[in-house]
Amino acid sequence: MIPVLNITDLHKSFGELEVLKGIDLAMHKGDVVSLIGSSGSGKTTLLRCVNLLEEFGRGRIEIAGEPIGYREEGGRRRRLPERQIARQRAMTGMAFQQFNLFPHLSAVKNVMLGLTKTKKLPAEEARAIAESWLDRVGMLARKDHFPGQLSGGQQQRVAIARAIAMAPQLMLFDEVTSALDPELVSEVLAVVRDLGRDGMTMLLVTHEMRFARDVSSRVVFMHQGRIHEEGPPEQIFGAPGTERLKAFLSNSQS
Amino acid sequence: MTYDFNFAVVWRNWDLLAEGLMLGLFLALVSIAIGCVLGLAAAFGMLSRHRALRWISQCYVSAIRNTPILVLILFCYFALPQLGIAMDKIPSFIFTLSLYAGAYLAEVYRSGLVALPPGLREAGLAIGLTEWKIKRYLIIPVMFRNVLPAMSNNFISLFKDTSLAAAIAVPELTFYARKINVESFRVIETWMVASLIYVGACVAIAALLRRLEARLSIPR
Ligand SMILES: Nc1ncnc2c1ncn2[C@@H]1O[C@H](COP(=O)(O)OP(=O)(O)O)[C@@H](O)[C@H]1O
Ligand SMILES: [Mg+2]
Repeated sequence: MIPVLNITDLHKSFGELEVLKGIDLAMHKGDVVSLIGSSGSGKTTLLRCVNLLEEFGRGRIEIAGEPIGYREEGGRRRRLPERQIARQRAMTGMAFQQFNLFPHLSAVKNVMLGLTKTKKLPAEEARAIAESWLDRVGMLARKDHFPGQLSGGQQQRVAIARAIAMAPQLMLFDEVTSALDPELVSEVLAVVRDLGRDGMTMLLVTHEMRFARDVSSRVVFMHQGRIHEEGPPEQIFGAPGTERLKAFLSNSQS
Repeated sequence: MTYDFNFAVVWRNWDLLAEGLMLGLFLALVSIAIGCVLGLAAAFGMLSRHRALRWISQCYVSAIRNTPILVLILFCYFALPQLGIAMDKIPSFIFTLSLYAGAYLAEVYRSGLVALPPGLREAGLAIGLTEWKIKRYLIIPVMFRNVLPAMSNNFISLFKDTSLAAAIAVPELTFYARKINVESFRVIETWMVASLIYVGACVAIAALLRRLEARLSIPR
């Protein structure tokens, strides 16, 4: 079976600073992989490479078998034209730490925009899809509210609906609860957990260790731009194999 | 010494004043519309990755902003024809005021664009929008709403600047006021009425713009 995501030997530098130093990661349909690791270990950068928000210098990322971002041409590696990149970006959905909702659009219009402008669906069809996803995340009653009128947790749920409505093959979550007040965290985690149960393939960066333990089929611990240790959650949390991971886990008791 | 006020001569010419006011409003409206487009282009130009575009936009904005508008008006009307670009009074004035509006609005838009959160563009990219669609559906609409108050101030100044069209005999309010003044010798009355009409028009425009702002502003 073709993996939904297949990363091989991914390297990424910001100028002199090498942030990803050779990442290999494969995910199959229905996998839920949690990325954990201390701040600055490269988790966000990894997600941003997969969503083509960053260019990367070496290595290969495939989504459902399609190499994304670059093509080989006579032994030279070339960035794909913008249109192709935009199409490939839509194969993955991304939920951001800061929600990044479109402030001038109501909740339902936020979800509809990609459907009408990227997928070119007729407005009525887009609205139906948008409303059904807003319903799924418990936000249908507030579909005509603007982002500025919603709490952080509500905004994040709309943002997740906006990403999922595009029917991506893979969902990326970058610390979707870390900008939230503590009492709003659980409503967002419940949505993510629900999507996982539904079979959505998800790669998520999280600081919520208990949550990672609950929802993940696999946990990946990153350290200084490399995958330091990975395995099923019981092993990573129950019997960490390296000192680094032990130290990290004991520092992030939550 | 007492001055014998006589507004009758001024009121007798109310049709001229009304006509002048209408032309002034028309000149402002057209120039603002063109200026908005020019300003947007220049603002994107100033923030472009391409050095040549940045340079051209910056030159345009600096040149216009650092020249008195009266000099621009006279230059466009009297000097450009010598260079083979001849325009009638009204088109020439619209041309000048549009250039002028564009330069000032460019600065407003540029700061509006810089102030947008980077997450706006990235969220657009993440749902597969192209750069052009991101500009069209996200960047420009959000920026516009944010700079609306700053734009309103510019609009009112631009309307007042239409009075300078009198310098090239464009028959707007100031032009007619001067004419009535010369013909009636009622200096105080004429300029008082003209001033009051300007004040009234500006107050009305401001009220209209505030309502527009309230309608368009992002709910929160
Ligand atoms: N745009 C950027 N320019 C320069 N350095 C960056 C940029 N983005 C991230 N970095 C650096 O890359 C490293 C990894 O960052 P990040 O992927 O955000 O880590 P994490 O998400 O694990 O906290 C950090 O040292 C960070 O400072
Ligand atoms: Mg991060």
